[in-house]
Amino acid sequence: MKLNLPKNLLKINDLYVGYKTYRGLSKVLNGVHLSVNVGERVGLIGESGCGKTTTMKSILRILPSNAEINKGEIYFRGKDVLKMDKKELDELRRKYIAMIFQDPTAALNPVFKVETQLADLIKYSLGEAKTKEEIRERCLKLLEEVALPDPERVLDSYPFQLSGGMRQRVCIAMALATPRQLLIADEPTTNLDVTIQDQILRLIKDVVIKRKLSVIFISHALGAVREFVDRVYVMYAGDIVEVAQTEDIFSDPLHPYTRGLLESTPKLTGGGIATGIAGRIPDYVNPPPGCRFHTRCNQRLSKCKKEKPPFIKMNGNRGVACWLYH
Amino acid sequence: MRMITYIVKRSAYIIFTLFGLSVLVFVLARVLPGDPVRIMLPPRTPPEVIEQVRKTLRLDKPLIEQYFYWLRDVFSGDLGYSLYTKRSVTYDVLQYLPASLELIALAAIFEVVGAIVLGVIAGRFPYKLPDNIVRIFSYVGISIPSFVWAIIFQLLFAWIWPIFPTTGNIDRDISPTTVTGFITIDSLITGRFDALANWLWHAILPALALSLGGMAQDARIIRSGMVENMDKDYITMATAQGLPERLIMFKYLFKPSIIPAVTVMGMDIAGMLGNAFPVEIVYRWPGLSKYGIEVMMNKDLNAIVAVVLVIGLIFAIMNLIADVIVAYIDPRIRLMERGE
Amino acid sequence: MKPKIISRIKQSRMFESAKRKWFKFSRGKLSLVGLGMAVTSILIALLAPWIAPHPEDVTKITHLERVHLPPCFEYPFGTDYMGRDILSRTIFGFRFSLMMAGVVLTLTAPVGVVLGLIAGARKGIIETIIMRTADIFIAVPALVLALAICSVLTPNIFNAMMAVSLMWWPWYTRLTYNVTSSLRNEYFVQAAELMGASTFHIIFREIFPNCLGPILTKITLDVGWVILIGSSLSFVGLGAQPPTPDLGTMVAQGGDFMPDFWWESVFPAMAIAFIIMGFNLLGDGVKDMFTE
Repeated sequence: MKLNLPKNLLKINDLYVGYKTYRGLSKVLNGVHLSVNVGERVGLIGESGCGKTTTMKSILRILPSNAEINKGEIYFRGKDVLKMDKKELDELRRKYIAMIFQDPTAALNPVFKVETQLADLIKYSLGEAKTKEEIRERCLKLLEEVALPDPERVLDSYPFQLSGGMRQRVCIAMALATPRQLLIADEPTTNLDVTIQDQILRLIKDVVIKRKLSVIFISHALGAVREFVDRVYVMYAGDIVEVAQTEDIFSDPLHPYTRGLLESTPKLTGGGIATGIAGRIPDYVNPPPGCRFHTRCNQRLSKCKKEKPPFIKMNGNRGVACWLYH
Repeated sequence: MRMITYIVKRSAYIIFTLFGLSVLVFVLARVLPGDPVRIMLPPRTPPEVIEQVRKTLRLDKPLIEQYFYWLRDVFSGDLGYSLYTKRSVTYDVLQYLPASLELIALAAIFEVVGAIVLGVIAGRFPYKLPDNIVRIFSYVGISIPSFVWAIIFQLLFAWIWPIFPTTGNIDRDISPTTVTGFITIDSLITGRFDALANWLWHAILPALALSLGGMAQDARIIRSGMVENMDKDYITMATAQGLPERLIMFKYLFKPSIIPAVTVMGMDIAGMLGNAFPVEIVYRWPGLSKYGIEVMMNKDLNAIVAVVLVIGLIFAIMNLIADVIVAYIDPRIRLMERGE
Repeated sequence: MKPKIISRIKQSRMFESAKRKWFKFSRGKLSLVGLGMAVTSILIALLAPWIAPHPEDVTKITHLERVHLPPCFEYPFGTDYMGRDILSRTIFGFRFSLMMAGVVLTLTAPVGVVLGLIAGARKGIIETIIMRTADIFIAVPALVLALAICSVLTPNIFNAMMAVSLMWWPWYTRLTYNVTSSLRNEYFVQAAELMGASTFHIIFREIFPNCLGPILTKITLDVGWVILIGSSLSFVGLGAQPPTPDLGTMVAQGGDFMPDFWWESVFPAMAIAFIIMGFNLLGDGVKDMFTE
């Protein structure tokens, strides 16, 4: 699998994904591109419904049955995931990419004990025959690694008997069950109590550092993103509108949407109540022509209505898709 | 520990309900229009005999007294005397009940196995051919009353293509010696496998007729459970983790999908004893339901009350067993009682 | 000026909600099939005296010269052991079956629902009395209780209807009670209480509309169930008596002549299945109408 040099771990090229609804095709992803290098931590921000989760699910090919991938490639270690056969796909999921979901309650099967779910994972992903005791040992070690108190009790419990924070730790433990290379964390703390959010974020950071994982980190918590990742992608309505190193994005946002997003965050140091961006995400069945953001943009040009702005690279390892910078 | 408390609570509830039921049926049987004694006896009986019978049956005493006498008898195992069969009702019940219970056992097996197989196949290939076939089958199955199935099967497989026998539960000459009263158990105990096979031959059609309606309904529930749960996050997560497809389908998707069906299955099987009567009549199966109909047609009061109670009791017990099984399978019910 | 606008808004909102409900209903093709079958059954029942080719055969008439005739042009469903046209009798059978369902449900649904509302809204002794009584009736499988009641009365269609009604109401009570109980703790009910609404208002204007979905679904599906139980009762001889052309009775009578004169049982049986299937499919559609 080493066609290209492994510096570039993941590369999504020009991805178009739609969902079949009774009103028509909902064209959510509109040419998404994203890359992650080995050892790199990448953040993905954007409002709810802009297609972040769809993109992530496409990487592992776990989209729902009514979704269709219309165009594009996803290269992982040089091979196109979208063209992989079942065996390669299984290997990809077991050994290379792990995903943490937003809602830990929904992600765990409610009628099986934690031990069962974790043990099956170890049994089938590693492929080495192990005895029941060995597997249980490994489970306990994994739970200790995610700082769960009383791992024995947790193993014997059902998901509904655990708190939200504990459930998410179990999900993280599952992600670590086998040594992997890329971790996708899709809003891992959004559904948790505010008091627990910080703990979980720190746990993820520790685990990532310890295991030298590359990460795609999706979150609404811009502060957490700023602290954690090297590079940030900004997404709007199925388009990548801006990319830059973390500090550049936060100190000098280029795209009007990024600006609006950052200004919407209430700041502790004065400034009053946040403004927000007028309007809502577009209807994906009949998306606006040209740039998908133009209806809400306060700096739009007449060109924005007619043609979709291409993504142009700028210096300082940045890029933006906006006619303002053409 | 919780399970035992649960069972005890439910049992107390059942007993209370049955008491209420016994009062209800008792009162109805005694109070409704028509002189029961005159109805039971042949038309030209002289009045003295009628009075004598009335006294023997204690029908001249106030209702409450009658009830207490009857209750006392029941607890000593005496369900009264049947004017129709001229025997003690207890004896009649004990003779006919086993045959019904065996039939229901077979029907229950058919229903559970059939529903699971059909439901899983349909859930595995939603909206494709196997699913459509199962869905059509389930609509048809639910809509057709069991006695219609009974007649259709009898017509097709016992008359037109005489594969199965038309009536009865076993050929007289093959029947094993009576030990428990259950032909199936007796055959096994005495090693008479030919008798067991013969019984099975007789039982297949009525059991199928009894189970088909429930089977259709359950298959549908299992199928929709699987289709609904297929898109749930925990299944997507399992796929994302690379677990083998077989494992996901038959373990992680199967269990949550089958739980709602088990409740319905339980209720259905529990009710089979009461719902079996048209099938028993069509196949002349010598069971409790057929006996029940006959005593009802003949207004045999003691027997009617006894039959209703026995069926009610068994129904309640089987419901309880079904609920216990559900609680065992679904951890949420079992442990949620604690309010965790 | 103002009142007109308000009423127009209200009208258009109701219209929108009705349109949406129809959309949800008509999405399932089978629901439409069910609607067709159910409507057909009702029409047959209503127009029976005019569409039956030999309406006189419904009575105690005998035509010994044409007994046991197989299906032919003159008698598409054949004739029975008294020489009567089975097609006409089946058509009238629709009438009896649907009449039974109509009577039973008209009696039991309102009574059951009101009891359930009361039990759910007013906790305490009233609730216990109502629900325990309901439980007693539910404790026995439907058929058995109906049989038992029928058996102590003279068998005829009226008593059969009474018997079925007597054991049918608790199911509505239980359904309504469950919905009411769970809704009782919802915020919108508490808000109404705080605003000083009377219990009557709360029950009928706040809680009841939310019960409507499951109740209507149940009523539709129950048409099939009542007919199933009713025909089972007649089959056994405890319902309508000959010469009344009840479908269950006809199946039973035809059963004596199986398999030679199969049409005497099969056609009434198929009629039963047709009605039940139609209302079952319809009931599914009604359920879809009320789910999001």
